[in-house]
Order: sequence, then structure tokens, then C-alpha cells
Amino acid sequence: MSLLEVENLVVEFQTASGPFRAVDGVSLKVNAGEVLAIVGESGSGKSVSMLAAMGLLPWTAKVTADKLTFNGRDMLAMSDNDRRKIIGKDIAMIFQEPVASLNPCFTVGFQIEEVLRFHTDLGKKARRDRAIELFNAVGIPNPEERLGHYPHQMSGGQCQRVMIATALACNPKLLIADEPTTALDVTIQKQILDLLMRLQAEHNMGLIIITHNMGVVAETADRVIVQYKGRKIEEADVLSLFESPKSAYTKALLSALPDNATGDRLPTIAEFLTDQQIFEGAVR
Amino acid sequence: MTVVETTKNPPTGIAEFWFYFSRNKGAVIGLAVFLIILFMAVFAPFVAPHDPSIQNREMLLLPPVLSEGGQASYLLGTDAVGRDIFSRLIYGARFSLFIGVIVVTLSVISGVLVGLVAGYFRGKVDTVIMRVMDIILAFPSLLLALVLVAVLGPGLVNAMIAISLVNLPHFVRLTRAAVMTERAKDYVIASKVAGAGTLRLMFLTILPNCLAPLIVQATLAFSAAILDAAALGFLGMGAQPPTPEWGTMLAEAREFIQRAWWVVTFPGLAILITVLAINLMGDGLRDALDPKLKRS
Amino acid sequence: MTGGSKTFGPPVFQRKKGLAPMLRFIFGRLAVLIPTFLGVSLIAFSFIRLLPGDPVMLMSGERVMSPERHTELMNQLGLDRPMYVQYFDYLGGLLTGDFGSSIVTKRPVLDDFVNLFPATLELSLCAIILAVALGIPAGVLAAVKRGTWLDQTIMGSALVGYSMPIFWWGLLLIIFFSGYLGWTPVSGRISLMYFFPQVTGFMLIDSLISGQAGAFKSALTYLILPTIVLATIPLAVIARQTRSAMLEVLGEDYVRTARAKGMSPFRVIGVHALRNALIPVITTIGLQVGVLLAGAILTETIFSWPGIGKWMVDSVFKRDYAVVQGGLMLIAGMIMLVNLLVDVLYGLVNPRIRH
Repeated sequence: MSLLEVENLVVEFQTASGPFRAVDGVSLKVNAGEVLAIVGESGSGKSVSMLAAMGLLPWTAKVTADKLTFNGRDMLAMSDNDRRKIIGKDIAMIFQEPVASLNPCFTVGFQIEEVLRFHTDLGKKARRDRAIELFNAVGIPNPEERLGHYPHQMSGGQCQRVMIATALACNPKLLIADEPTTALDVTIQKQILDLLMRLQAEHNMGLIIITHNMGVVAETADRVIVQYKGRKIEEADVLSLFESPKSAYTKALLSALPDNATGDRLPTIAEFLTDQQIFEGAVR
Repeated sequence: MTVVETTKNPPTGIAEFWFYFSRNKGAVIGLAVFLIILFMAVFAPFVAPHDPSIQNREMLLLPPVLSEGGQASYLLGTDAVGRDIFSRLIYGARFSLFIGVIVVTLSVISGVLVGLVAGYFRGKVDTVIMRVMDIILAFPSLLLALVLVAVLGPGLVNAMIAISLVNLPHFVRLTRAAVMTERAKDYVIASKVAGAGTLRLMFLTILPNCLAPLIVQATLAFSAAILDAAALGFLGMGAQPPTPEWGTMLAEAREFIQRAWWVVTFPGLAILITVLAINLMGDGLRDALDPKLKRS
Repeated sequence: MTGGSKTFGPPVFQRKKGLAPMLRFIFGRLAVLIPTFLGVSLIAFSFIRLLPGDPVMLMSGERVMSPERHTELMNQLGLDRPMYVQYFDYLGGLLTGDFGSSIVTKRPVLDDFVNLFPATLELSLCAIILAVALGIPAGVLAAVKRGTWLDQTIMGSALVGYSMPIFWWGLLLIIFFSGYLGWTPVSGRISLMYFFPQVTGFMLIDSLISGQAGAFKSALTYLILPTIVLATIPLAVIARQTRSAMLEVLGEDYVRTARAKGMSPFRVIGVHALRNALIPVITTIGLQVGVLLAGAILTETIFSWPGIGKWMVDSVFKRDYAVVQGGLMLIAGMIMLVNLLVDVLYGLVNPRIRH
């Protein structure tokens, strides 16, 4: 049994100009200890499908799926209350903008201990010890002092470490990282990715990395899903994807890497393919 | 998550404005009510069934038409000296709208000028201007207006001057803030480099780009002016009896509060409806003019 | 209305630990207040000299006088000295607590102010508590249920409240609750049946201290209509401001984070979102102080509430200009103090300013 199983997920938003389909029939599976990367341009519905799986979309979104289970439990059928007992505990998520993702009005200590307070029976002292332990694990120096700091007193990389520590607080079985390094400096990106990979291996977590960066994919993933305009275009293990991409879109995506640039211009997908050509080779 | 949108031909300014304005139903209703009031004010002599100052000694404190003892020719009843309340309200609309227009014109023109100077030149001029505005803001607006009228002498014109002065700091602050954000932008610097003079920069380059918040604030000031003028009239420091100004009418009606509810109710209702209509329009204007709020 | 630009907010200072930055912040604000105070005193000083008519007659309250008496009074009141000497004399008086004396009653203005102020404070406090207690939940509810009939009802009512001529609103309430239903009294602070010494000046507290049966209830029935009337506009403003602040905050990333942590909607909205939304709302509440005092002028007049608002109006009508002058100064001074307090509170709520 896979950790997370999604079959034929469809997400529609009600907008002023009629319904907009952000995710269109995506299926995916993640096993414990596996790293799955979802790649696509912005607007390809990669974040939305994960937010849908966690039940975090606003009420304007309509979510349907043939199957959406976590650890064998149906996430769509369960009550909000039951879902909230899993979210933040067994499934955790970190986001693209670490500074904006932390509440500016509370100390980071409050924000990490809050998770422990809701999902565990730990007492006040034990929660604090656990928070210090977590800060040590994600490499934040002086954790005792840092717990009392506000997000605006920390750098972007530090904030992302806090987010990771918060996500790991209850030893989740699955961690979803939505563009975890996009907003960070290049040097910090590497550190954060290494940290994520080390923690994933230590805890044997399932990890889904959402990214548009092929470099990140190559460095982290076991398996890759390529998405375009809400649809799954290709799914393959990471080696075969890079060595022999099947779909025209993936080929185009790989050739759009800055390394392949000629002259001053970066190649764009639209130069190679139309939507129709992309979807012709799509898998379900 | 960005939603992909198909862009049609860009609409013209007015069409776009109307598109956003008309999406706000309240704003359209407000506009309609305001136009009706404006019409009645302009054509008061034709619309009003009676002369507002003629006293019908046989019809003192006549109740409105729908109550017991009411008469169809006196739609909203008569006051203590037998004047038709409906007609007085119609004529009163002239005063309220007039007050609003004058006050807004006075405070917008002076406020924008002062705010432009403060925001454009900064430095000592700015400090002095802002301190003076702080001083005006340190007084409750109505108290300052009341005292000013006491100095100038009670009456409509002096009430308007006082209210304009009390409104001034809002326009100064708003203009100054807008000018300061605009002044640093590239298009202003480009225009400066191209050799535009100070006056041209201030009035033709910067000012048009600060108009949106000013228009919204002007609408708010319009309704606030009507309320303040009515309050001064109510306190006996605005328009003087027998002027059919709504606040003054209320002040005259106070002693009949237990005997004739209509003398008290209708003038206030007229103020409320007018102010509400203008504020509804103001909300619609804000939605239509403020690009930051458009998409929400 | 949104606050506009950052330039009007309190100055943001650098990160630093401890109390020192807070103190420096307060002193910074005080430094700005001094010129404002001088300006306000100059306005109050010139007020009486700008009035049409002879200042000696205005200040002495005497209608007919001989030239000798005029000269004598001129000298006595110090009006024969140069203007700037008179101003510095006046300023010196202010600093020693001398705000002049009433022409009519001859009592010091400060004494009357101190006597009457608790009535206004009690009314204003009750009104602002009512406005905050109803306005914030209403605004939050409207934001959370955005676009529904509930949102439209709340915002519609708020706009009506915001457009309300409160002097008329008060009269309507009197007609209905006092006239038609006979539930509440029309004017004053407490029934004439009760008499007890002023301890705090707050009728609700004093009536409790007095221990007289029914006194508290009586004070409450007298207080209730004026409170509603005075609270109407601040309530509407706070509800509108809370809604828009809340809408902005609900779209922030940290709200999504809180939900991703499995927090209940109640906690996400009531703790994570509200705490942030309150920052602009507190500024708004602070700005309502001036609105409240302006409203108090009308409310106290309608309900014959013996506070400083009615006192000022009565003095204007009695041409007791010395009281008007002193009252202007005291009221403006108080508003400046409250604004300072709000700035400090703002710093306490918003950690980005405190550090």
C-alpha cells in the first residue's frame, strides 16, 4: 500500500468568468521513503493538487477524485475535524516564501510549540525541549535564544529551517515541499536541499518536492511527474526521464535549461510546441 | 497559482470605470438616489407642492398622509407653524448639496495645493505644513467648527468656511503621501531629465497620478460636510431659522419630539438617505478607481 | 478608510533589545508633540482676541462700563501689555495649571473640567467598549463569510451607521424607547431619587459603592441610550476596517501555514489572522477618540448629559469665552495624549516596530 494515492484528481475554481480547471485528472502515488518530484511551469497546477490533497484550498475550489487516500484512509470522505488530526502531524507541508509563511506577530518558538500542543500530549517543558531538539536538527544555532525571536529578525534561509523544523515536529510520514528553495539565495538553496534529503533519509519519510527547477529534480528525486496546464504529461524514474524523455514537452523542458541557451536568449517552450502537441503525448 | 486570462481589446477608461463601478450594486443604487435628490434640489420650485415658507394656520402639526388625520396635499405632514414638511425638505436638499459642493471645492483646492507643496518640496516647508495640520487635527472637528463659527458669527457661509478648514488636513495628508510615492518613480525622474519645470512636474506629471484616492476622499468629505453642516444647524450655529436647512429644521422640531414624531423623523431621514447615497457611491468609486482593490 | 502611506506611522527603529528603544520612541513622539502643543495654545490664545467686539467686555462679561472702568479692567486683565508678553504669560499659566476662570461663575476652568470630565469619560469608554466588542466580531464575521448575505447585511448596516446623523438617531431612540415604550429616561445621568458623593466620578461605580438599592440599575438605564448613540459611528468604522484588514490577512501565506499545521478554523481566524488584522484596527480605534469627543458634543446636548461636550456648547452660547478658551486647550491636550498612548500601544502590538 502506498502512503499517498491519488487517482483522477480534478480541481475547479469558480471565477468571475466561469469555472477554471486548475488540475485535470492527475493521478499519483508516493511510498514511504520515496522522493517524488512534480515538475512544471507556474500555472501547471502542481501546488494546487497538493493543497487539494491536504484540504487546504479555499471554498471556491471544487475538488473531486476517484481516489484520494493517505495511509489507506479516504481523505475526501473524512470530516474536517478528522482531517485536521492528520494534517500537520502525519502530513506536513512547507512553502515557497519562508518569511511570509511564518506569522509575523508570534515568536518562532510559539509557532513550533503550537503544533506540538495540538498534536501531542507533551507538557510545556517537554514541548520546549522538543523545539530545541528540532532547531538543533535543522541546524539553527543558539536554539534557546532563537525560539524567542520573531520571523522578521531572521534570514530567509533561517525561516525555511524553522518551517522545516515545524513540519518535522510530529515525525510526519509524508512531507510536501512546495518550491522549498525558490525564494532563497543560491548558496542557501543547496544547504536547504541537503538538509531536506538528510532528514528524509533519517526518518524514512515520503517526500514530494514541487519545483520548476530541473536541477533540483536531478539532485533529489527518485521518481518524477511532469505536469502542464493541470495535466500529467509524463511519469518516469529520474534517470530515464533525463536520459530518454518520452514526451515532446519533457524534451522541450530539458532543452529549455539555461545550459542550452544559444547567444543571449533563453529558449522558451512556446517556440517548440503548441498545447495540442503537448497533450498528444500525455499519459494518465 | 496564477489563473490564465484571455485579454480582449483593452476597454476605454470610462468603459472600464463603469464596468467596475456597476459591479457594485450598492454604488449604482446610491448614484440613482443621488441623481433623484439632485433633480429635486435643482427643480425644487416645480417639484415642491407648497411654498416652503408659507404658514398654513389651519394646519398646524398635521400628521403625514398615511397616519390618521393626514391629508393628501401634505404628504409628510406640517410643522408647528403649518409649513409643508415635504416641500421644506425638497428645498433643504438645495442647501445640503450646495454646502457639500462648496466645502469639497474649497478643501480640495486648498488641500491639494498645500499637500503638493509639502510633498514636492519636503524639508522645512513640509515640516511646518504638517505641524499646522497636526494642530488642526488635535481638536475634535465639530468643536473646532463650532468655535470658528462662534468667532465668525453663526450662519451658513461661516459654517461652510469652518467645515472646509476642518476637512483640510485630510486632503493635505493624502496629497502629500501620494506625491511622495509618485515623486520617486521613474516617469517623474524621466520627465525631470527631459527638462520639465517645477510647476509642470507638480501639476501635469505628478498630480494626475494621485487623483484616484483624492476623488474617493472627496466623496467622503462631501457626505461628512453635509453631516457637519446639519450638526451645526442642529446646535443653532449653522443656517438660521426659518431657512429650511435639514439640521436647523431638526433643531426647531426638538420641542415637539413627544407630540409629533414626523417633524423630527423626516428631516433626519433626509440627511441619512442623502449621506448614505453618497457614501455608497464613494465605496463604488473606491472599487473602480483603486487598482489595488480591483481584483479582490 | 485605509491609513494611506507609511509616512504617518510611528517611526520604525532598528532592532535592539530591552526597554531603551521603547523609551526613545516615546520621547521621539513627545518631541513632535511640543510644537503641536505650542500651536494649539496659540490658537486658543488668539481665539478670544479674534472674537468680534471689545475683549475687555468679552472677558469681564460686563455690558456697560465707563472709560475709567475700561482702563482699569484692561490693566487688571493684562490686555494693555504687548501681545507676545500676553501670550507668554498665558503659556506660563497653562504650564502651572491655570486655564483661566469662567466669566459667568468665576470658577477656575480646570476645576469645572475635572468635575465634568468623568461623565464624558464614562460615556466615551462605554461607547468605545461597545463599538469594539461588536465591531471587531462583526468585521471578522463579514470577512470570513465574504460575499454571503451575512456579509452584505453587516456591511450594509455598517454603512448606514457610518452615514448616521447621530443627533437625529438619538432623538429617534428617545421617541421610541423613552416615549413609546417608556423604558429609558430622557436626560441626565441618574434618577433624582438617588444622591451619593462622587468618589470616582463614574456613575456606574459610584452607585455601586453607595450601596443604595436600585442606584446602579438607574445609572445604567440613563447610560444606555447615550452609549448606543455615541458608539454608532465608531462601531461602523471599526467593523468596516476590521473586515478589510481581515480580508487582506486571510490571503497571507502564514494563514495557509496555520491551516497546514492542522489548526481549527477558530484558531486560524481568531489567533493567527486576527492578531495581524488588529494592527491597523488599533490605529483606527485610536483615531476614533477625536470622533468620540465630537460625537460627545452632540450626544451630551441631546441627552442633557453633564459632560464637557455640553459644557463647551453651553459656554459658546453663554458667550463664556474664557471657558471655551480653556476647554479647547484641555480637550486638545487630552487628544494629543491619547494619540501618544495609541502610538505606544501600536508599538506593543506590532513586534516589527518594537524591535
